[in-house]
Order: sequence, then structure tokens, then C-alpha cells
Amino acid sequence: MRTIKINYEFMKWHKLAVYISVFLIIISLLSIFFKGFNYGVDFKGGTLIEISFNKDAPIDEIRDFLEENNYSKSSVQYFGSKSEILIRMPNILSTNESNLSNDLIENLKNKFDFSLKRVEYVGAQVGEELRDQGILAALIALILIMIYIALRFEYRFSVGAILALIHDVLLIMGLFSITQIEFNLSVFAAILAVIGYSLNDTIVVFDRIRENFKAAIIENTNTVSLINESISQTLSRTLITSLTTILVLISLILFGGEILFGFSFALLIGVIIGTYSSIYIASSTLLLLNISAKDVTIEVDEEKP
Amino acid sequence: MVIFVMLFSVTYSLPTFFNEVPNWLISINAKKMNLGLDLKGGVHFLMQVDLDEVIDNKSRKFSNDIRSQLRKNKIRYSSFKFENNKIFIDLSNNVNFEEVEDMLNKNYQNTFDIKRLEDNKLQISISENAINELRIAAIKQNTTTLRNRVNELGVAEPIVQQSGKTRIVVELPGVKDTTRAKEIIGATATLEFKMVDEESDAYAAEESEQIMFNSKLYYDDAGQPVLLKRNVILTGENIVDASSGFDQNSRPSVNITLDGPGSKRFASTTEDNIGKLMAVLFIESKSESRVVNGETKRVTKKYEKIISIATIQERLSKSFQITGLDSPKQARDLALYLRAGSMAAPMYIIEERTVGPSLGADNIEKGKISVIIGLILVLIFMTYYYRVFGLFANTALILNILIIVSVMSLIPGAVLTLPGIAGIVLTVGMAVDANVLIFERVKEEIRNGSTPLASIELGYKKAFSTIADANITTLIASIILFIFGTGPIKGFAVTLSIGVISSMFTAIIVTRVLANISYENNSRFKTKELSI
Repeated sequence: MRTIKINYEFMKWHKLAVYISVFLIIISLLSIFFKGFNYGVDFKGGTLIEISFNKDAPIDEIRDFLEENNYSKSSVQYFGSKSEILIRMPNILSTNESNLSNDLIENLKNKFDFSLKRVEYVGAQVGEELRDQGILAALIALILIMIYIALRFEYRFSVGAILALIHDVLLIMGLFSITQIEFNLSVFAAILAVIGYSLNDTIVVFDRIRENFKAAIIENTNTVSLINESISQTLSRTLITSLTTILVLISLILFGGEILFGFSFALLIGVIIGTYSSIYIASSTLLLLNISAKDVTIEVDEEKP
Repeated sequence: MVIFVMLFSVTYSLPTFFNEVPNWLISINAKKMNLGLDLKGGVHFLMQVDLDEVIDNKSRKFSNDIRSQLRKNKIRYSSFKFENNKIFIDLSNNVNFEEVEDMLNKNYQNTFDIKRLEDNKLQISISENAINELRIAAIKQNTTTLRNRVNELGVAEPIVQQSGKTRIVVELPGVKDTTRAKEIIGATATLEFKMVDEESDAYAAEESEQIMFNSKLYYDDAGQPVLLKRNVILTGENIVDASSGFDQNSRPSVNITLDGPGSKRFASTTEDNIGKLMAVLFIESKSESRVVNGETKRVTKKYEKIISIATIQERLSKSFQITGLDSPKQARDLALYLRAGSMAAPMYIIEERTVGPSLGADNIEKGKISVIIGLILVLIFMTYYYRVFGLFANTALILNILIIVSVMSLIPGAVLTLPGIAGIVLTVGMAVDANVLIFERVKEEIRNGSTPLASIELGYKKAFSTIADANITTLIASIILFIFGTGPIKGFAVTLSIGVISSMFTAIIVTRVLANISYENNSRFKTKELSI
């Protein structure tokens, strides 16, 4: 049945790929561990105020003003353009910390002419909860996905898929830690979306591997070449889907505005890493776990007597 | 089926694209999509209700009640202690344990856990059930009161909703002045009416710090000590209506109307005490953070202030006027709080998100542009790469977006947020995936030598399980996001979930129907190659 196909020798490089990935993961972990994240108010608690001016914002004057008025712990920076400014304040224990923003805005209004765009206040307790909830959500999603794959395929596939996902998540988080781009709730959502996306990719490759394994039981072809063949067959699909997704993400990064930047950036990186990981990490894991055509067919035969 | 879904989604997504919704659409219940606060501007508050405070207060009140009932029933005790919300009583030797139990059961069914520590030593605490009921009632009352207050703000479509066991979400679309909004929803001001204790000497009590059990020391405006009886004649809870105004001397005043039991009690008290002094107490609770043993804790502080002391001239009942307020604004606010009902428990804001109206409009604009440009890029690419089949996929893709929009407008409570738009954009990118999978399979079958029709057949069939697996796992991730996410994240999860489900339908069924119509019934194509 099988005709001539272009087969790329993907698995020739699988050891090198694993080394590179392990290296990158170590760097990510080191950065996460020592440098940490630039958490947004969502996770850290605090107040964030975005104001916009008709002209270039007098950022130095605002800094001086805050310094003079005992808001010295707050930071001021441009946001998106020179006419917009973002002020961040840590939570301070006081009678009415939720009113800090009002007091500050009131004070600023007396001196500067601007319009208020956005205020976010997150109490310390809520910040902690959001962080805990986030970690819990990610773990539950991973476990459920692992169970689903183990049921539909075989446990080795689910180990491969999960390793690929952990790989993706760690690298994205590492990148956010190294670049110190703000890590907030939407970045977290993006990471979960990447989990969904990368998984999609991995499943498509696995599905092909399973199918080819089933077909190959009679021919007794070796595992490495079967995996190579499967990846080659799905390669055009993998690249096209990644390309369309990247197209819309670039549109989001360029036109979606500053608020969505972290989200779109995390997704873009995630899609690229996810595509790589579903080819190399997920499949390499299968090889390392000594999977062979027999494992899949026996499983399937038991399911469908 | 396909035609029905097409018509349905086109119709129900129409209102969202128009500024004015035509009447015929309204008549079939078609609505615009609900926009989140980040798109239309407004304030979102998350309030924490301090329920422990309710239990503390209630326990203290019970303790006072029980003590006076013991006296009334002439049950004698050698000591009565109130500690950690528990009451410890040492009964006198000749008193029967059952007597107390009977008294408590008669007056408060099943409210207390009564433990006999020793022969005549008792420990009384509020039972688990009663505590739960108190908590539920308190948060309900706070929600209702908050809703009443928010309604007074005159905001269109406000949301006041309990969230979890101890929190309340308040969303006020279009509100710009958050200071005022915070003041109104955060305040806890109420009134209490008490008799002045004229028998004891307030100055002597201040100096000796010895105060009769049933009185408490306060200071009036001038800083003079005043003793008030502990017994409360009226509280804010008895007030059914209040409005602000001015008295004959143009001082700010509040006109108060009482409910039935309140006016009865007020009438009999004032009748019995004509010529005596009555005080009106203005009570405000404020919550503040403090560090206790390294941990941040919330403490609610009660500020009590005597706003007026006056001689009772006549029997007062249902409605009357009080004065002594600082300003017309204070009178107005007090009237509002009294009208809206009292708060059962103190609350504080633990999260605020305000989006100015200009930013909201900005976000919509940016969302629109990125969806449209992303969509166009994908449409061009698909047409270029897959030719006629690319057009099928594009039809499916556009239909997919229409389905998401119409489902979002129909589900009550589904809200489009900025991350939601991102979800739609992402769906655009991912929705074509199913089609790419199918088309690549069809191509492969053609390379393997199958006829065009058989290739279509096999391509769809073989790709199906892959598509199902891939989409179900994505769905798992987005449902988890929905369950654990808050606010904006939920919005993202909603559009992503709807998108995943509808993309499976459009990508598999709709393109299949299109392909079949084009290639099966058209003899011209039968022998020719597929345009893929």
C-alpha cells in the first residue's frame, strides 16, 4: 500500500534535542528560582493606575510628585506610548488601602490634566489565592489530560505528552523570568492555552504513530523509522496549523494593544516551543521508554476483541 | 441541519454587528452580545464579608440575653464568664441543671450546644448549625442591602452577587466616580436610640471608671462625658424609610419612618419617659489591617458618636425627625443607608478593577482590528494553499465565528471580555486545524492512488479520531480554566470552549457537505482532479 514518501530522519537528532531541552529547562529553572517573576498586581497584590495625557506625559514631574507625597514605593513607567503612564503601588497597611488609588488620583488631578483609563487593586490575600488557584488549575488540567491519553493510547504516550507539556510550560515561564516581562493573570491563561495547543500537536503526531504501529505489526519495521515516518506524514499539517495560529497571534501582538501583549507573546512563544516539543520531546520520550509496535496493537486488540 | 445552523447563527449574531437592533430581531429574542466591564468601562469590586465579626457580636449579645434571663427566672449562679464566644456558668448548689436547659430550649430552639462540665458548671456555645445559619443570613442581608444601595446610585444594569461563602461581587458598568461608589458600598453607618442614664453622675463615673453594669460611658460633641443605658430602644433595623431634609432652623435632618414593632416599642418607651433625655447614636464600623504576630489581620473598629441628645417632649411613634448631623451630605448619606437597610456584617473591598470608558472603547476597537486582520490573513493563506477546499474551510471558519457570536449572545451570563476576543482570535487560528488535518489526509489518499471521491471519504474518516482526541483535550484545558478562572480568564475560557465545539462541527460537517455538493452531484468534477 505505501508509496514513496519523503521521510526526514527526525529521530537521528533526538538525543541532541533532549540535551538542548534539558539545558534550556535548567536555565529556566535557575532563573525562576533565583530571579523569580515580575508578578503583576493580580498575583502580588497592590494597586495599578493607568492614566493618559493629551500630550507627552510629564513622567519626571509625576515621579517627583509621588516622591514628595509619600508614595515613594510606587513605580512609574510609560505604557504603550509616551502619552500614557502606568503607576504601580505595593499594598500598604492602612485604614483603607482600597482607597489609596482614589487619594492618589485626587492628588494628581490637582496638579496634572489627564484622564483615568484603568485602576486595578488586588488585596494581598486575593493575590495569593489567585496564584494558588492558578497552580491548582494547571495541575488538575495536566492530570486529567494524562488520564485521557492513557485511556485512549497507552501510558507511555501520556508520559511523553505530559513531559512535552511540562517542557513547554517551564520554557515559557523561564522566558518570562529572564526577560522580566510582567507575569499576570492573562499570561497564566495563555500558558493554559498553550497546554491545550501543544497537546493538540502532540496528539496528532501520536495518533499517526499509533496508526502506523498498527499497520506495521505484520511488516515488523523498526520503531525509529516508524516514528520518523509518522512525524514526516504529519509535518505539513503541523507547520500549516502553526503558521495560521502564528498569523493571528502576530495580528494580536501588533493590533491587540498593550494589555494583551503579555498574553499574545506567551502564546506565540508557546506555539513555537509547542510545535518543536511535540516533534522531539514527546516522540523522544516514546523511544526512551522503549515503545514498540507491539505495545499499541496488543492494547487495541484487548479493547476490541 | 447545516442550513438550519447557518440561518440560526447568522440571525442571532446579527444584533452584535449593528448599532441599532431591528425590531424583527428583537421579537425573536435576538440580543447583542453582553460586553464585559473591560470593554464597556465600569467598576468591579470584590467585597469580603467579615462573618467572624457577626458571630462574635451575636455571641456577645446572647451572653447578655442569657444573663438577664437567668436573673428574670431567678436562677442563681455564683459566676458567669464570657470567653472566646463561649459562656461559662457556675450555678448555685440548689439550682438544677435542667432548669437552665429548659429555659434555653424554650427561648432559643437548638441554637446552643450545652455542655455540663461538672455537676453545676455549664458551658454554652452557639451550635455549628446555628453558626452556619447566622453566616448565611448575614451574607444574604448584606447582599440585599448592597443591592438597595447600588440601586440608589442610578447605574444601569448593576450586578450584586454573592460569590463563594464569604464574598460579594459588585459590578457597576459605566461608573466613573469610583470614590463615591466606594463610599456608598463600603459604608456601614447606622443609628441606635438609647436613654441617657440620668441617675448616675457621668463625671464621677469617668473619674472612678466605675460604671453601673447597665450603662456605658460616651462623649458628646463638646467632649462632655455622658452615660447611656445599654438597653437599645431602636436600631437601624427598625427603620423602613428615611429621607433627608432640613428642620425649621435649616439644620440638616433625617426624617425617619419605623416599622410596626419598632413604632410600638418606641411609642411605649417615649410615653413612659416624657421629660427625660434620649440620645441618638451614629455608629460606623471601619475595617483596617494590622499586623498581629507577623500575620496581617483585618480588624473592625466601631466608631460611635452621639449626634443628638434631646428631652422627650411627647409620645413619638411611627415617624419623626432627627437632627444633629454635620452636613446636608451626611444627612443624605445616612438617609440612604437607613433606607437601604442595615449591614449584618462589616465588609471591605479586596479587589477593584476600574476601566475608564475611553479604554473600553479602545479595547473594542483593538479587538475588532486584530480579529479582522488575523481572519483575513488566515483566509488568504487557506485559499492560496488549498484552492477550492480552502474556500470550503474559509466558509466553515466564518460560520464558526458567527456561531460563537450567536451562542455568546444567547447564553445568559456569557460575557465578552478582552481575553474573550483573544479566545476568538485563537479559535480562528486553531479552527482551521481540523480542516488542515482532513485536507492533508485527502491529499495523501490521492497520492496513494485513490479516486477523488474515495479520497474525500477516507480523508474525513481517518482524520476524525485525531480531530476528536485533539479537541477533547483542548476542551478539558478550557473547562478547567472556566472552573478555576476568575473574571477575565473565565471570558477567555467561555469563547475558547464554544469555539472548540463549534469548530468541530463546522470543520467536519460543514466542509464535508460543501465538498460533497461540489464533487458528487457535479459530473464535470467527477473525472477531474480535486482542487486541493
